[in-house]
Amino acid sequence: MEFPPQLRYTTSDEWLHVQGREGVVGITDHAQDQLGDIVFVELPEIGRQVKRGEAFGVIESVKAVCDLHTPVDGEVIARNDALTDAPELVNRSPYADGWMIRLRLSDPAQATELRDAAAYQAALPAAPAH
Amino acid sequence: MADTPRGAGEPLVRLPLHDRHLAAGARMAPFAGWEMPLQYAGILAEHEAVRSHAGLFDVSHMGRVRVRGDDAAARIRRATSYDVRREPPGGAHYALYCTEGGGIADDIMVYRIDHARWLVVHNAANAAAGYERLRAVAGDAAEEVTRDTVMLAIQGPRAIVAVRHVLGGAIDALATRTCAEVAWQGGTVFVARTGYTGEDGMECIADRERGAALWDSFVAAGVPPVGLGARDTLRLEAALPLHGHDITADTNPYEAGLGWAVTLDDGEPFTGRPALQRLAATAAERRLGHLRLTGRGVPRAGYAVLDPSTGGRAIATLTSGAYSPTLRAGIGMGYLPRHRAAVGTALAIEIRGQRVAAEVVPRPFYRRPQ
Repeated sequence: MEFPPQLRYTTSDEWLHVQGREGVVGITDHAQDQLGDIVFVELPEIGRQVKRGEAFGVIESVKAVCDLHTPVDGEVIARNDALTDAPELVNRSPYADGWMIRLRLSDPAQATELRDAAAYQAALPAAPAH
Repeated sequence: MADTPRGAGEPLVRLPLHDRHLAAGARMAPFAGWEMPLQYAGILAEHEAVRSHAGLFDVSHMGRVRVRGDDAAARIRRATSYDVRREPPGGAHYALYCTEGGGIADDIMVYRIDHARWLVVHNAANAAAGYERLRAVAGDAAEEVTRDTVMLAIQGPRAIVAVRHVLGGAIDALATRTCAEVAWQGGTVFVARTGYTGEDGMECIADRERGAALWDSFVAAGVPPVGLGARDTLRLEAALPLHGHDITADTNPYEAGLGWAVTLDDGEPFTGRPALQRLAATAAERRLGHLRLTGRGVPRAGYAVLDPSTGGRAIATLTSGAYSPTLRAGIGMGYLPRHRAAVGTALAIEIRGQRVAAEVVPRPFYRRPQ
């Protein structure tokens, strides 16, 4: 399982990729693996203001429904509409084709309060002893 | 994100083939007191394997009771809704256990192996109650064999070919809804042409040793294992009710569309008969209806069914709901008021506060190509 070092991570299994004053948000490889086959993704309207920790959308797998939480404050400036017809992109490519929203960050410094890859990975529950 | 399902605290029963499931990459989850494989390769891939080729299910958690004796037919009849005495040797029939009030205590499969030997298969959650019910009518002639045996289901358009490959031509005589014992590896395997997926297929029961050998043989023959996750989406597409959800002690066979599993014309007494006779004489106020989303979303058990013709009033609750991998649409079942249950009725499902359009469709959602 991969956790790219250039990303920051939430305790609710989202990632944030800061690019200047903007940031891209998705869910981690661990999150998509736990959810299983993803069949539905609901994303916010462009222009919506979102607050750190707030639900910005919903993701559903065959078995489960989960809220998607924004890692930082910002304004939604783009969303990945490809997920409407191909939600399985989140399973196949959680850090690239399966991205969810792009934010204009209200305060880029908030990103430093998120976990880095090593800390996120260390906090994951141990894999079952198969 | 997703919480791992947890049991209620009591130790879970492990399947005889537990280690094989782990070796096959299963993700295990508690179900009716058992530690069961939820998925292996993934629910969608497993679902598709069963619809297009074949899949292998370990359903050893189902409660299995053997009943013996020349009078076994008459005794089982007193416990069930259906007149099992009509079944010839080699027959198999769906039946119900009813409550005194006419509710559905369990739905079961009854197999007549030969004149005096029967097998009854119960839902795992109702296994102990089912055994007690059969003990009450058959005494020591009823023998619980669940933990001494393994039960496997092989389902899909290529299932019969796979079973023949493993068990040989002895299965060729088995028509749909029949059963037989087949000699294999120095013992016998019980084989029935039944299942819970909407596909052709067979269910096999053997002792633990031969059950393990059977599993290995099917895997070696290229039949991939399928977990409970896909079992649920497959049965829902086939509109097969799940006890505890779509049918319960608070629903009756007629509103569930299962009147065909109730025999009243033989005059024999059985549990629930007086109530069922009254229910059969009056039109059901509600019917188990089948809904397909025309809008986007995933309907789930517990969601409200709304009636747009009355301003969106809630008229029912989904008893089952899922994304249908075959139809690529949301599907669900629920008890609809009789006047809103006709095929073609436009309704809606409430999903997280939003009204998503749905339509009453004929059952099943999916029918296998003939």
